[in-house]
Amino acid sequence: MEAVVAIAIGTLTACGVFLMLRARTFAVVLGLTLLSYAVNLFLFASGRLMTGAPPLVRAGAAYTDPLPQALVLTAIVIGFGMTSYLVMLALRALAESGDDHVDAKEPEQ
Amino acid sequence: MTAHAPILPILIPFAAALVLMAGTGRGLAFQRGVGLAAALAGIAAAAWLTLLADRGEILVYALGDWPAPFGIVLAADRLAAGMTLLTALLAAVCLLHASHGFDARGRHFHALFQLQIVGLQGAFLTGDLFNLFVFFEVMLLASYALLAHGGGLARTRAGLAYVVLNLAGSALFLIALGMLYGTLGTLNLADVALRLKGLGHDFAPVRLAAALLVAVFALKAALLPLSFWLPMSYAAAGAPVAALFAIMTKVGIVALLRVQVVAFAPAAATADLLAGWLMPLALATVLFAALGALAAGRLRELAAWLVLGSAGALLAVPALAGVDLTAAALYYLVQSTLAGAAFFLLAERIAERRGDASDAFQPGPAPAAPWLALGFLVAAVTAAGLPPFSGFIGKLMLLEAFRGTPAATMVWTVLLLAGFLVMASLARNGSRLFWDRKTDLAAPVAPAAGWQRATAIALLVAAGPLLALFARPVADYTARAAAQLHAPKAYIAAVLGKDTRSIWRQRRP
Repeated sequence: MEAVVAIAIGTLTACGVFLMLRARTFAVVLGLTLLSYAVNLFLFASGRLMTGAPPLVRAGAAYTDPLPQALVLTAIVIGFGMTSYLVMLALRALAESGDDHVDAKEPEQ
Repeated sequence: MTAHAPILPILIPFAAALVLMAGTGRGLAFQRGVGLAAALAGIAAAAWLTLLADRGEILVYALGDWPAPFGIVLAADRLAAGMTLLTALLAAVCLLHASHGFDARGRHFHALFQLQIVGLQGAFLTGDLFNLFVFFEVMLLASYALLAHGGGLARTRAGLAYVVLNLAGSALFLIALGMLYGTLGTLNLADVALRLKGLGHDFAPVRLAAALLVAVFALKAALLPLSFWLPMSYAAAGAPVAALFAIMTKVGIVALLRVQVVAFAPAAATADLLAGWLMPLALATVLFAALGALAAGRLRELAAWLVLGSAGALLAVPALAGVDLTAAALYYLVQSTLAGAAFFLLAERIAERRGDASDAFQPGPAPAAPWLALGFLVAAVTAAGLPPFSGFIGKLMLLEAFRGTPAATMVWTVLLLAGFLVMASLARNGSRLFWDRKTDLAAPVAPAAGWQRATAIALLVAAGPLLALFARPVADYTARAAAQLHAPKAYIAAVLGKDTRSIWRQRRP
């Protein structure tokens, strides 16, 4: 399971970084989204990977660390809000310049 | 009531933001009233907190009364309390300035402004690294919207680059936090410091996590290879917003200083993390900013380069982190923040008085405004670090504190050379703005300044002479704050209690 999660995080990060370096805002937004998925998975794995264990501490029973789950929840909410704002901003840049290049210039009169 | 003092600087603007969002349809007068009342209450709360913190005890506020390291704590020492006071003062002045029409150029300005204050104050006060991330995001989310306030393609474009860069920074921040939690099992700063010292093996992941954390703070503080975003976005923002942004790079610097002094420097695993590379990069930032100031084509760009230059000078400090150096740096931080903010407000007014020529450095109609010219002169003398104002005292203290260190020659050379370049740029461009007039152009009809804007500009410009006049009490306070910061044992004891052995540790696989 560790190998699968590690490969998933690595692939998501690589795709995210590649897309972030593109010159079109749409690709950049997609890249940031992939990167945030990778980060969320990474945070989740920082509490160690366990299967079939509840995030509740009980004496004697197996449990998984609940804190990273709370951290991931926070990170997802923040990332979601940021991405939606970025999409709005990209749309506004598109509307104002008629081009979705990240270095959009004023349209020629 | 005293027990609740550390949370008031966060709670007051947060409550105000909620009231403002609930009363969206109530008109500008209502919004301005609530915003300014909250800003004044924020000053009172921050001043009270500073007085309490100056007794020497670190005020710890456990949110929900969950004890550290399991709950989240706010820790108000002299440094944090002083920074909240500086933020509250600057925010009130910027809000006063914005209340003369700038706030009417878009919706929700006042609510966003209060949320920005929440993020700033929280980032200074928190004692938990994940909570620091959350407050960073609150601060940034509000700043994204404030940067775009007023509209225009330049702002949208600058905003886009700024948002993308900071989102990438947030991703790095989360990776660093995940690695820290995975290896140390805690995110409370005091507990991180404790566990770093007790670390027996497995240095590499911890060092990597710490290095990533430093990289994120360096991005927020605009260290050279990560500083290209700053001039563009600050120059594009509206004047009161840019003036408030002058303190945002300082959040990264203070966070870096605190993490380095409390956690990284005392531990063997991370003691040499900043050694060797931070100082040259910081000095390169100073030179880069000075060259940028020389090449700037508009006054607001010049102001953004000045903010970058002061951030660079401050970033040279955490690598060495001596008590005297920190004390001098904190005084420099206070005065450079206010001087940078003053420039952004002045630039807008000068641009209005010059009509079509705006604040570009080219001949234009004479801005027949002696008070404005005098204000520019005072602000320029402060920013260039010339006597007799606070810029000179700050730079002198910083140079004096660097004197005993091994890097003294390099620091002196760079800071003095950069100071000369900035002075040359300010002198040349100031004379162009005010004296290089085209007589055939009629003086443009400028909109009235309004008492709000006039007061705000006067207050920020007066901060230079006032901080020089009252340099002693301010410098004494920063010296006490630095001494407290450099005694991390007291910080750890205040947050975690005296008996840290009783903290229950989970054995990690």
